Amino acid sequence: MPELHWLPRHADLGAAIAAVKAESDPTRRLVQVMQLAGYQRDFTHTTRLDRVANKVLEGPDAVDVMRNAGLTPQRIAVLSSHTVDQLVPAIRVAGLHRRLALSVHVVPYGMYRQVLLGHDQQLNDFAPQLVLLALDARDAPLQLSLQATEQQVNEAVETRVNELRQLWRSARERFAAQVVQQTLVPVDPPVFGSYEGLVPASPYAIIDRLNSAIRSAAREEGVLLMDLAWQAAQGQYGPGLGDATRWHQAKQLVSPELAPLYGDHLARIAAASAGLSRKCLVLDLDNTLWGGVIGDDGIDGIQLGQGSPTGEAFVAFQRYANLLAQLGVILAVCSKNDTAVAEAAFNHPEMVLQRSNIAAFVANWEDKAGNLRRIASMLDIGLDSLVFVDDNPAERDIVRRELPEVAVPELPEDIADYPACVAAGGYFDAVSFTSDDAARGRSYALNAERKVAMTQATDIDGYLRGLEMQLSATRIGAAELPRSTQLVNKTNQFNLTTRRYSEAEVERIANDPRAIALAVRLKDKFGDNGLISVVLARPDPGVGASELLIDSWLMSCRVLGRQVEQAVLEVLAGLAVESGCTALIGEYRPTQRNGMVAEHFPRLGFEPIDTPDGAERAASFWRLDLHTNPDTQHFIEILIS
Amino acid sequence: MTEAEILSALHPIFQDVFDDDDIVIDADTTAEDVEGWDSLAHVNLVVAAEQRFGVKFRTAELESMRNVGHFVALINKKLNG
Repeated sequence: MPELHWLPRHADLGAAIAAVKAESDPTRRLVQVMQLAGYQRDFTHTTRLDRVANKVLEGPDAVDVMRNAGLTPQRIAVLSSHTVDQLVPAIRVAGLHRRLALSVHVVPYGMYRQVLLGHDQQLNDFAPQLVLLALDARDAPLQLSLQATEQQVNEAVETRVNELRQLWRSARERFAAQVVQQTLVPVDPPVFGSYEGLVPASPYAIIDRLNSAIRSAAREEGVLLMDLAWQAAQGQYGPGLGDATRWHQAKQLVSPELAPLYGDHLARIAAASAGLSRKCLVLDLDNTLWGGVIGDDGIDGIQLGQGSPTGEAFVAFQRYANLLAQLGVILAVCSKNDTAVAEAAFNHPEMVLQRSNIAAFVANWEDKAGNLRRIASMLDIGLDSLVFVDDNPAERDIVRRELPEVAVPELPEDIADYPACVAAGGYFDAVSFTSDDAARGRSYALNAERKVAMTQATDIDGYLRGLEMQLSATRIGAAELPRSTQLVNKTNQFNLTTRRYSEAEVERIANDPRAIALAVRLKDKFGDNGLISVVLARPDPGVGASELLIDSWLMSCRVLGRQVEQAVLEVLAGLAVESGCTALIGEYRPTQRNGMVAEHFPRLGFEPIDTPDGAERAASFWRLDLHTNPDTQHFIEILIS
Repeated sequence: MTEAEILSALHPIFQDVFDDDDIVIDADTTAEDVEGWDSLAHVNLVVAAEQRFGVKFRTAELESMRNVGHFVALINKKLNG
């Protein structure tokens, strides 16, 4: 049975669930469910956890409890061509494991066309943020005989994919939702044996072509994939996917026992689109990156590289970590070693990872929980952005106990299985990939160097002047849209309102001729920091006709303390005056994570004003009169394009 | 395993699937007697029992399942031939 094998086992999950039910405080109950969701669990345990969580999340204080537990709410609509009700509890519980409070709305199966092309009041009222189109190979088969030619097959595939494009566009336009398309799992037994793939209209060849066409079209349309066909081909689901008995009995593509895995696969996409994917892979060294102990065995004695199967397996794991770094994952080291000895190991000729790839390198004899805290603070990221990989079960156990926010995969015995295990955990799922991503890890490493430069500079002004910073602000257009949306959705700390938007929504705001939607990049003498800040200012019925509401203002913590916000305000105020605005209205919506910007607007000279009608009560509002010059002292050269 | 032992091994599965520790089942229990025993819960019960007893029910057997006693008899037939 495929399980959530990267999660640790619980000694008695059934008893633990019963104990949570007895907990009277709703926040504590929810937090305990979130913790239990992080253990290996079968579908009955998962369903029981879901019931406990629902009692809290349907209770009177749900909104407060959710916030106290650090959960981000998200609404997912599932439109399917097969029964999916058996999957809903597992989707919600996987959401809790990934820090999301998911509301799931299921449209009766087979109704997806009617609902997306016609009108469905229930779905309108639900206002999904994510729409999953869960289709299967038995749905709407292409009407082709086995003798159909290649051209006939291609035409039929194109027609079908164009129909899907219509559905995606409709979902995006009507709900401004992110669309997720499930690929079609091949379920038909072969007709031709190995010759199957050579016959254009064989059942397998048709599904294979459809999936290829779906992937290309999704890429063009900004649609995400739930690539079930690929996951099935990798064997992640075992034989239970498309089980014929379950299909005939209940029209289930995914059997109940696979629900926890399926739920997690969907929840990680939802988490990624809400900016909750992990950001940093923290690696132990001895017996994790190489075989043996560098302090005892020396650089010539460790197992690494061609020549021994074990040495090759460690190289393979390093290669995998190196690929993650290219996708934008920050690499860090946390090891019990002397720093000099540990760093010298990186001179080994077969090392794939270079010392310069490691943004935070902590090797000492102190406890790892404390060192992980240190790594998070060196990189200015939360503990909940870390994934800790260590071959030592005792270290894993201590870190899980001390720092439940850190993800700690339960590694297999064999190093050869490490890459697959870290991959299976789905910690770093992406919803976009841009050229900036590959440079991100390096940029975190440069930041550590800047910190050293700062301690060496005698005064802060001298340090900032010496950075030779150049800021360029661009109005968000097609080129900036993917990366801007990515930043909107993953920034938690320096984020005034933490509003999450799909590309379509950002585009909608940016296209308003009165709005000012800016993508901001920063360079300095150490290198290019890439896109580091986004501001969305737009007209709003709640503010004056000649005023702009700053709907979103967020910045990467990599450039904190460098007066970038002052420079950004200067740009924003300048553009606003040019377009005839008289004032900027700032909004601050407190979350668990954004305390650092509570004083952002007063620091920039904004005056407090009353909260407009209809706005969230916890939010505070601020006004900057544009007739006076804003106080924007900084040492940054500004370029506007 | 005797039919009585199978019935008592089914009891915790019912408790888990219906999340009700007070649930009581006997050979005559049918879907009408248990709150929440709908078609979705039925598949969950079948799958949980398949896992617990290491058996697989045939499509036709699933169709003919009338009550808990019949469920027990089916499992018994598969386990003991």
